[in-house]
Amino acid sequence: MKLIILEHYSQASEWAAKYIRNRIIQFNPGPEKYFTLGLPTGSTPLGCYKKLIEYYKNGDLPFKYVKTFNMDEYVGLPRDHPESYHSFMWNNFFKHIDIHPENTHILDGNAVDLQAECDAFEEKIKAAGGIELFVGGIGPDGHIAFNEPGSSLVSRTRVKTLAMDTILANARFFDGELTKVPTMALTVGVGTVMDAREVMILITGAHKAFALYKAIEEGVNHMWTVSAFQQHPRTVFVCDEDATLELKVKTVKYFKGLMLVHNKLVDPLYSIKEKETEKSQSSKKPYSD
Amino acid sequence: MRGEQGAAGARVLQFTNCRILRGGKLLREDLWVRGGRILDPEKLFFEERRVADERRDCGGRILAPGFIDVQINGGFGVDFSQATENVCSGVALVARRILSHGVTSFCPTLVTSPPEVYHKVVPQIPVKSGGPHGAGVLGLHLEGPFISREKRGAHPEAHLRSFEANAFQDLLATYGPLDNVRIVTLAPELGHSHEVIRELTARGICVSLGHSVADLRAAEDAVWSGATFITHLFNAMLPFHHRDPGIVGLLTSDRLPAGRCIFYGMIADGTHTNPAALRIAHRAHPQGLVLVTDAIPALGLGNGRHTLGQQEVEVDGLTAYVAGCSVESALEAASLHPAQLLGLEKSKGTLDFGADADFVVLDDSLHVQATYISGELVWQAEAARQ
Repeated sequence: MKLIILEHYSQASEWAAKYIRNRIIQFNPGPEKYFTLGLPTGSTPLGCYKKLIEYYKNGDLPFKYVKTFNMDEYVGLPRDHPESYHSFMWNNFFKHIDIHPENTHILDGNAVDLQAECDAFEEKIKAAGGIELFVGGIGPDGHIAFNEPGSSLVSRTRVKTLAMDTILANARFFDGELTKVPTMALTVGVGTVMDAREVMILITGAHKAFALYKAIEEGVNHMWTVSAFQQHPRTVFVCDEDATLELKVKTVKYFKGLMLVHNKLVDPLYSIKEKETEKSQSSKKPYSD
Repeated sequence: MRGEQGAAGARVLQFTNCRILRGGKLLREDLWVRGGRILDPEKLFFEERRVADERRDCGGRILAPGFIDVQINGGFGVDFSQATENVCSGVALVARRILSHGVTSFCPTLVTSPPEVYHKVVPQIPVKSGGPHGAGVLGLHLEGPFISREKRGAHPEAHLRSFEANAFQDLLATYGPLDNVRIVTLAPELGHSHEVIRELTARGICVSLGHSVADLRAAEDAVWSGATFITHLFNAMLPFHHRDPGIVGLLTSDRLPAGRCIFYGMIADGTHTNPAALRIAHRAHPQGLVLVTDAIPALGLGNGRHTLGQQEVEVDGLTAYVAGCSVESALEAASLHPAQLLGLEKSKGTLDFGADADFVVLDDSLHVQATYISGELVWQAEAARQ
């Protein structure tokens, strides 16, 4: 894995957004070749989304040839409920950028046949050529998406009942009332995310520190499902200092020492504008990268 | 009246780079319009999976619901209370000219007149949707003749009336059929007024108290009978007195039906009411404030003699004044509140999803830059034209 440690939340958000930007631009998506992006919800990725919107508004990062697949959605919550993940994605991302609605995919928590909806989602990912980069977060109980402790590490998209930890953590979005929090959700499986060509996990805040420790310094364990990514060939964990509070000093020092190398992934920062200038100059490349 | 057929296939317009008045606040949001109505873009995105057909950049300006004027006696040389041969074209001219002031709906107002005038004029001014031709007519406002002699103001004494024994029949005999009537201003202290107020209210006509010497008790009783509006607060009524606040006291009365909001018109030109008095009313009851022009035929014309119904009036300069409250409050007083008064708040006076797309584009000084009715541009300031 690559463990990227930034000082504060805002820097971690920016690093993550720059990484996503560079990955998309360098992939050079087009009408025959879409960039498939897996996306999370919650408070952690908000800063990252804001930066991505900024890059779009500056003309550096269009989303015209990007397809998105969200990780999860509550079951039984009306799609236009302010706390549904559809509302989250609309208000915090989709409405600010140029993505075409046909290229966005979010599980329908009100489908008549929930498992069929989940199976169809897996098919859509397959049809899109698989996920190029899956961005996710981590719950305080170490879960990825809604793969609660005890979830199979080779699971696929399915219905899950939320653990108490998760319900407690989400109560703040429902006026603090536990009874108002949905108890079930549709979620991509651990196996689904593992199939992605690259995974990026955003982890910020001291309250996530123990989960991060369990996920990367202890063994692969279905009680801390993010730990499954220890067996993925390309995983990036992007954190702020507070999230590293439960890690060994040795681990933190090692990865901080690698920041010079890792920062080359975001610097230079590419833009579609340069790509367009390159195309118009139409010079032959002397060699391929 | 706005076509539902083909609405789903109609063009989707997205107004970007603007601040819209929604929920009493100015929000940095885009305004989406389709089929003459405000559209919910989230629904369009997730259900229909469509994007906008056209985007219009508003240059950072304010988008507010179109203004609704419920008291306007004429303008640009047209006097609604004159039984001329071309009443329709007179109304049409005013309807077109007020677009530049951001007014998208209005209630042509008739001052105290003899029955012949009502019989001739009222049937010729039907309710009409707005459009490129002009602002929509929501119905007539008949101010008088059932008002107080003492507080008649500019209304001609000779044509004042009171209710006789057949109260409501007297009213019908005076006005003729009430199909086109939306608001009636009367003085509640007149005998049999309660019967009349109840009849009018039962027919969906808004009853307003004005040109009256009623005390607070009489005014409250009138509200219980159905009155919901006060015509130009402070003017043509007893002044506020601390032992009997009169009609003005309705703003803070605790003797009104539960949940009922009393609305009050204010002419905020700095002359009809001292700005300090306006602010007292606004602070006492901000949700009820309705801005009206009470414009006369001389609106838009120069100084000189003009008619107002059966009278002649001198015009000597015009002043405009800002109430000193928040921008959002002022905008709501000119749009949402008059819509609420007339029970139209689902479709007018608001930029909520599903409402008619009648709105104005304003600069930060609240000057009208463009006016839209049913999502169509019906007026634009010279500087804004490309």
